[in-house]
This record gives sequence, structure tokens and C-alpha cells, in this order.
Amino acid sequence: MNKDTILIAQNISKQYRLGLVGTGTISHDLNRWWHKVRGKVDPYLKVGDVNDRSSKGTSEYVWALQDINFKVQQGEVLGIIGKNGAGKSTLLKILSRVTSPTTGEIKTKGRIASLLEVGTGFHGEMTGRENIYLNGAILGMTKKEINSKIDDIIEFSGCERYIDTPVKRYSSGMTVRLAFAVAAFLEPDILVIDEVLAVGDAEFQKKAIGKMQDISRGEGRTVLFVSHNMAAVRNLCTRAMVLHNGRTVFEGDTNNAVDYYLKNDVQNKSSIYINESPNKSSDILEIKVLNSDNEVSGIFGFEDQIKLLIKLKITSDYLNNAVIGFRIKDQYERVIFSSEKAINEVLNKAGIASLSANLPIATLVPNDYRVVIGYHVPNKEIITLIEDAVMFKIEETGSEMHRYQGNDYGCVVLDCNWQV
Amino acid sequence: MNTKSEDTWLYTISPKRKLIDLNFKEIWGYRDLLFLFVKRNIITVYKQTILGPLWYFIQPLFTSIIFTLIFNNLASIPTGNGVPSFLFNLAGITSWNYFKDCLSGTSDTFKQNQGIFGKVYFPRVIMPISTVLTNLIKYGIQILVFIGFYIYFIFFTDKAFNVIPQGSMILLPILIIVMALLGLGLGMVISSMTTKYRDLTFLVSFGVQLLMYASAVMYPLSYFKEKLPNLSWIVEYNPMAVVIEAFRYMTLGVGDFSLQGMVYVIVTSIVIFLIGLVIFNKTEKSFIDTV
Repeated sequence: MNKDTILIAQNISKQYRLGLVGTGTISHDLNRWWHKVRGKVDPYLKVGDVNDRSSKGTSEYVWALQDINFKVQQGEVLGIIGKNGAGKSTLLKILSRVTSPTTGEIKTKGRIASLLEVGTGFHGEMTGRENIYLNGAILGMTKKEINSKIDDIIEFSGCERYIDTPVKRYSSGMTVRLAFAVAAFLEPDILVIDEVLAVGDAEFQKKAIGKMQDISRGEGRTVLFVSHNMAAVRNLCTRAMVLHNGRTVFEGDTNNAVDYYLKNDVQNKSSIYINESPNKSSDILEIKVLNSDNEVSGIFGFEDQIKLLIKLKITSDYLNNAVIGFRIKDQYERVIFSSEKAINEVLNKAGIASLSANLPIATLVPNDYRVVIGYHVPNKEIITLIEDAVMFKIEETGSEMHRYQGNDYGCVVLDCNWQV
Repeated sequence: MNTKSEDTWLYTISPKRKLIDLNFKEIWGYRDLLFLFVKRNIITVYKQTILGPLWYFIQPLFTSIIFTLIFNNLASIPTGNGVPSFLFNLAGITSWNYFKDCLSGTSDTFKQNQGIFGKVYFPRVIMPISTVLTNLIKYGIQILVFIGFYIYFIFFTDKAFNVIPQGSMILLPILIIVMALLGLGLGMVISSMTTKYRDLTFLVSFGVQLLMYASAVMYPLSYFKEKLPNLSWIVEYNPMAVVIEAFRYMTLGVGDFSLQGMVYVIVTSIVIFLIGLVIFNKTEKSFIDTV
């Protein structure tokens, strides 16, 4: 299939000014204008830090995006992933022409429409039907197009009964449904979607995801998709781009991009957890992931032994019937299983107790895992709950299912005792 | 990739833009949106009111009555030979209101529509144009009221009023366009400036009030010249005063009307409109970062 490039972004950068826009702006504006008059470069373009939310910068200006380059082919679904503040929304804003880049340019061959946030331009005083027309027109549809689709839109929204009632009388869920319905029937050449999956109830979400899949797969539409939902990205996108502090750090195959993103997300977490400020009373002190040689390790083969070691401080004011439990989650935050142990027998000896647990061998499929540890009295009191306390990775070292790598064949490999 | 398709980009998003970047083809493509905005503006203004669109009539009528009482009966400002002062005031007020509504309606375009503008792209200029069109409809209704009273005063009153409609009335559409361009142009300038510097919003609300007194709304220009000759240039060079005088001349036969005056207002309104357009264009591409 001959694929045509439908959109090219070259050296896109966007600078923002921090702090209050108020006093001081007029002097900067005048200074900027004075430089421009003399044919010089904007003096404020040179300064500016990399966009890193957490570190305190020295400059008043930051680059929300820096030198972003990419191409999108006709019919491609490009995922854009990154942490909060990585510049995803800024990029989408530039793409949907809400704001313009500071440098660089984007060339496109098709009409871009965005679902940045559904329900823009809804007017409470107008009826559902009137709002469909208005919202559709705002999103770039003509009256003729809307006329031909209005019945489908109303049906999809599931608001038939209220369609001639002013929108201000709608519940918030209904408003969102109606708004998404309008957007779902848009037919631009390039569709930009940002986090719309988080709307409506479960039933409607299913419908929305299904519709999105239809749009991107069935109809061969070009879609730019921004989301935190890695499962949705994996499902929908053909290619993905990872943004970090306003720069592209990875671009390529969706699975690799998702893996890259997740790995960098967990990078600073390790296979040892040390509680730096334990409670005065009984508390967890340390958690380790150990291999069969009792060495701390973060990477295991499929058939390796994985041991969790938990060190516990026991004081005299211990709680009776307390238990220690853990929960194994995979990288998509799916809980695989939980396990717990009543520790009454160690609780009556003040001091430090060690507990260990062996994870079932050759069961967890190759993946990245996080461990949640809880120290609690069941249904009564939580003493300590440590989310993502430690992590480990199981590499594909020849499990039964290794030839299906990349497919989602489940979270565990179990012996099912086949009989022939 | 074939080289031919390299040249067929639909549009380019870049920081640079031409001075006047009005893409008429694009605006035409969004004409349905324009009409829907006009429709929205009209049907939502008086929703949940008892009198509804009657407010369109009430405002100018009551203002005219008050003006007649205060300025003509109390302060005895003459309204010209034999023209009923009520009609004189109604003519001034309806026209002034059209300009005022265009100006104040468009002057907070960016602030008012921040929500929509921050999320979707459509030619921003659609918004102020829709305001001007909405007000035009309102103006049209008010003109009908004016015509109603006009007929009443000519045919149904005992007193013989000296109201002479002029042949130059065919130029009335030009006057309306001039008012629209003036309001739109000034409104666009102010709306662009207010995105960054909010001070102007305060200026608009009372500045428009003050401007009315300099626009020959409740007095004839000739009377002003006679009483305050030193200051009369303020009114004479005020395009709105020229427009209102011309409007009254065409409909009532009193007032200042000259070819130079017409040329002056047409040129001024086009210049103001173009300045507004340039500033608006400059602002619309990145106002969302500073608003």
C-alpha cells in the first residue's frame, strides 16, 4: 500500500512565560518590539529552561516543547505518550491551531479536528438538538453534514427523550454523552483525541472506545491519540511517540514506545525498599527482592525463583491479629494476585522479625511487576500500605508461550493438566 | 513519496503570518457556524424573560422619552424646525445603540470566548462578525419601531410637523455599514488589547458613555457649534456624530449632511476596521497564552 504523508511537523518549539503576566510584561513587550525594529532576534527567545516541572529553573521562560519533528502517514494512528507536563497537550494545541508555535512549522494536507475536550461551546439555554448543530459547526461540520447525521448522533448519545430540552437541565453525564456523540461523527481528515476515554459511565466508555476503534481501524482515518491509558494506546495506535520534558525521546513501534515509557517511569524505583521514617510502633523497615542465591535482583528469568524478604520492627504495643500481605501488579496496573500471612507468632517478641515469601515459579508471564505491601489488621486498621514498594522484571527466557510474545495471552501461565 | 504531493499542502501552521491574513474561502466554509452563532445570540438573550424580544423596543423607547423630557423639555435644546423631539431622539438613540452594541459586544470577544477558543480552531473573526450581525437584526427591529412612530407623527397627529424624508435616504445602507465597521474595528482593537492588559475593559464601559455625549445623540450639531464653538471640533470630527447627523438628515430633514462628511466617515471607518483586523490577526494566533 502506498502511504502518503499527510502531516509533517518540523522543529516545533513552544515557549511560555512563567509567573504572572502583569507588571513587567509591557517592558518585555517594548524591549521585544525594539529588538524587532532594529532587525535583531527576540531577546527572550534565547533564555529559557527545559520544561521540568519539579526542578526550580533560573529563567522566567520555559520551553514547553523543543524541536519536535515527526511525520504522519495517511491512515496511521499515532499515539503520543508522556508524563504530566511532558508537552503533550501543548503539542495538540498547536496541531489544532489553538495557539501557534514559537518556532517551526507544521504542514498538513488534511483538515484537522480536535476532541481536546468535549462539549466546547455548549450553551445551557439551548436544547440538545440546537446544541448538536452549534457544536458540530464549531468543530467544523456544515449544516448539511449535520443534517445527514443528526439521527445517528442522537441515537448514539442515548438522549432521545431529552433532545428538545435545554441542556442546562441535563445531568453532567448526559451532557458529556451528547458532546461525545457529536464529536464521534466528525469526519475530518486528521482527528486529534485527548483523553476522552475518561468520560461517561462504563457502558458509554465501552461504546466510546468501540467507536474510536471503528474510526481508526475500520475507516482508515488518520488519528493523533494522546492518553495515559497504556492499554488503550496499545490497542488503538499503530505507532507512538514518547515525550519527556518537551522533547521527543522515543518514536517508533507502539509496543516499544509503551515499554520505553513504562521503563523510564519505573527507572528510579528499585528492588530494595527502605522505610526511612518508620512509625514509632510496629512497622515495616525493609523490603527486598531476592534471587535463588539470596542476592538482591531486579531481573529474573521465567523459571527463576523470586523471593520477597520483609523486615519488620516489632514493639511492645503491637496489634493483635495483624497480617503482612502483598499484591503483585503488572505494568498496566492489573492486579495479578495477592497473598498474606498472619504473624501472631512473631508479634509477641519485640525486636526485628524477618519474613519471606516465594513467588510461584514459572507462573508469572514475562513482564514488569510492581509489589504493593500492606501491614494491617484485616477489616480493622491499616498500619502501613506501600504502593509500588519494589519492582522486578521477568524476562522472556523461553516460557511455553514465548512464541506469542507481544500478544496479550494473559497474566499467568498455568498448568491445566491437559488430557488427550 | 512522489514529489508532486509535496506542493499540495492544505495549510501550514507556523509562527509567522501575513499582516492581514483573512482567508475568505475559509470563512465562507464556516458560514453555517456564523449563522448558528447569530441564532444562538438572538434566542438566548431573552430566554426566561417575560417580555422577551419586547425588550428590543422598550430600551430605545424609554431612553427617548427620558431624553425628550430632560434635554428638550427641561434643558430646552432645540431639535430643529418643527421636528418632534421624540422622533429626533429616537433616531439618534437607535443608531447610537447599534454602534455601541457592536463595540461593546465585540470588545470582549477573546475574554468571553476563551473557553471555546482555547479548545477548537475556527476563524476567530467569525465571533465579532456574528455579534455585528446579531445587532444588525436588533437594529432592524428598532428601525421598524422608528418607522412606526414616524408614520404616526406624520399622519395621525393634529400638529403639522415639518418632517421631510430626503432622497439621500438611499445611502442609508452605507451609513449602517459605516457604523458596523466602526464598532467592529474599535471592538477588535480593544478585544485584542484586553487579552493582555485588562485596563481597557474599564475604559470601554464608561468611555462609551462619555463618547455618546460627543456624538450628537441628544442635540443637533448646529446647536453645539453655536453654544460651544471652541469645542465643536470634537463633535465635528467624531465619525459617529457625522453618521448620526446624516441619519437624521436623511430621515427627518434636519442635520448636517455633506459629501465630504460621507467620504470622511467611509474612509475613517475602513481605516479603523483594517487596523482592527491587523491587530486582531496578530492577537488571535497566540492570545490563549496570555489571556
